[in-house]
Amino acid sequence: MTAVMQIRDLHLRFPTGRSLADFVTGRPGREVKALNGVDLDLKRGETLGVVGESGCGKSTLARCIVRLHTPSEGSIEFEGQDIFGKASRDDRSYYRRVQMMFQDPYSSLNPRMTTGQILTEALKVHNMRPEADIPARVAELLDLVRLPQDAQGKLPHEFSGGQRQRIAIARALAVEPEVLIADELVSALDVSVQAQVVNLLLELQQELGLTILFVAHDLRLVRHVSNRVAVIYLGRIVEIGDSETLFSAPSHPYSQALLSAAPSLNPDNRGAVTRLEGELPSPLNMPKGCPFHIRCRHANDVCRKDVPALQPFEGRGEVACHHVKEINAYA
Amino acid sequence: MSDAVFTPSQPSRIRLALRKPGFVVGILIIGFSVMLALFPGIFAPYDPNAIDYLAVRQPPSWTHPFGTDLLGRDSLSRVIWAYQVNMQMAVLATVFALVIGVVVGALVGYYRGIADLIFGRVVDAVITFPFLVLVIAVVAVLGPGLINMYIAITLVGWVYYARLMRAEVIAQMGNDYAAAGIVMGYSDRRIIFRHLLPNAITPVIVYWMTDMALAILLGSSLGYLGLGAQPPQSEWGVLIAEGRNFISTAWWLSLMPGIAIVLTGLGFSLLGDGLADLLRPRG
Repeated sequence: MTAVMQIRDLHLRFPTGRSLADFVTGRPGREVKALNGVDLDLKRGETLGVVGESGCGKSTLARCIVRLHTPSEGSIEFEGQDIFGKASRDDRSYYRRVQMMFQDPYSSLNPRMTTGQILTEALKVHNMRPEADIPARVAELLDLVRLPQDAQGKLPHEFSGGQRQRIAIARALAVEPEVLIADELVSALDVSVQAQVVNLLLELQQELGLTILFVAHDLRLVRHVSNRVAVIYLGRIVEIGDSETLFSAPSHPYSQALLSAAPSLNPDNRGAVTRLEGELPSPLNMPKGCPFHIRCRHANDVCRKDVPALQPFEGRGEVACHHVKEINAYA
Repeated sequence: MSDAVFTPSQPSRIRLALRKPGFVVGILIIGFSVMLALFPGIFAPYDPNAIDYLAVRQPPSWTHPFGTDLLGRDSLSRVIWAYQVNMQMAVLATVFALVIGVVVGALVGYYRGIADLIFGRVVDAVITFPFLVLVIAVVAVLGPGLINMYIAITLVGWVYYARLMRAEVIAQMGNDYAAAGIVMGYSDRRIIFRHLLPNAITPVIVYWMTDMALAILLGSSLGYLGLGAQPPQSEWGVLIAEGRNFISTAWWLSLMPGIAIVLTGLGFSLLGDGLADLLRPRG
């Protein structure tokens, strides 16, 4: 599998306003460090899960990929071309080839446009079909996401959350993309509906050969959906690897804690829970060294000084931890 | 997996809105006002400019329900003919401000940046002055008369529409459908005017209704001060001014046009409230 998308050393900092006191004392404005050097390859045809706790930068990463945010440093290349370069900005095809689906189905559809209008607009703007074939294509798209044809004339408020999410999927698919970014696609839906929507997405992936970046905080869902998984902590990837391996044997102490915090359906499986001490540091005030050292029980002086790089570990994927060998030797 | 689309049976929005008595009264008042403005000749019993020195300042009676003025002209006919001018004020003094304000507000709300900063300062500067004072200042420069009055009100009034529109566009941009438009590669123009504007314009329309009432009030204030419509044109402010000196002896001269102002203002307010309910998108 070749990488369709290469993310290299991606940083994104949001400046916060300077207070009057800052201004008087000449202190520089503070920054929220949302992403701190993300390296990631998205391979053609795979589903890459991105997990992490709230505020870790999952959604920010997704929004960078569709250019809703412009990174402060680093690059994202799509088929070898920098997507923030001038050539790509002028090339309209990126808007067609990479699509995004949003978390909140209640705000991601224009409340004053019918389903038919929403789909027709996408088809027309990108000249996907000759004018005369558009109605047929709209009907086809509704079939694809298993919505009845009479949905065409209805406004978003007439649908349930799951149905709206399927309209959003249809809108994304209308322009025949190669890469889909799913940002918490189903987290706003009921569990029963989640399964329907996710399975629909997986079927469509098979059928259309899509590459999917699946951002979510529901670990079991990510395990079900993904081929590979990346664990993000404070804007950095701390571990990335094959989904089954990572979920059955996480290597990074943060991944271990994150996975053991997920509730299990098996009542016998209640044993050793790795609890995390302390709070998530503020992205306004990042710790020096390894971002996780404040809460890590294996941390020593090295961790407080140096940021660990993401390195291959025993064929399990890549892990960013100074002590990964020792930790996994006695774990 | 294909399931039926969820559609609870519900009465149409218009039906729901018409159950509100205030909205219905508002429609009736404004509807009737528009009729009077369009066809004053049908409703007015006399020629509004027919002078009759034998029937000067007569109190209300069956022949002259609103009495007669100091030249013996029928007050009712003059109040009815004034609808033409005053309803025209309601529209012409606001509609240009509305259009300019909506476009400017949507643009600065969408693009922000330097233009938004400059816009913010302009708003600050304009709202610092009382509306009337600013309008009078502009009229004083341009000279009295209806056209100049419309220009003056538009020059000042667009700021209020733009401020409202900007805030609403910024709020709407927090919704993912705007982000989805950007991701889909839609042009800025399409996102602003096809997606954001229809969702952001409701409060502006509601404010417009109130503003039409204010425009009538402002227009008749200027007429009263001699800066707006000029006598012998029938205009409520002008009529009130004409009756001013006889307020203790011929009270009807000022009272009747006053009532017309209050009633029309009330009509626009009720209409605005009803429209606010009607236009609010359902969640």
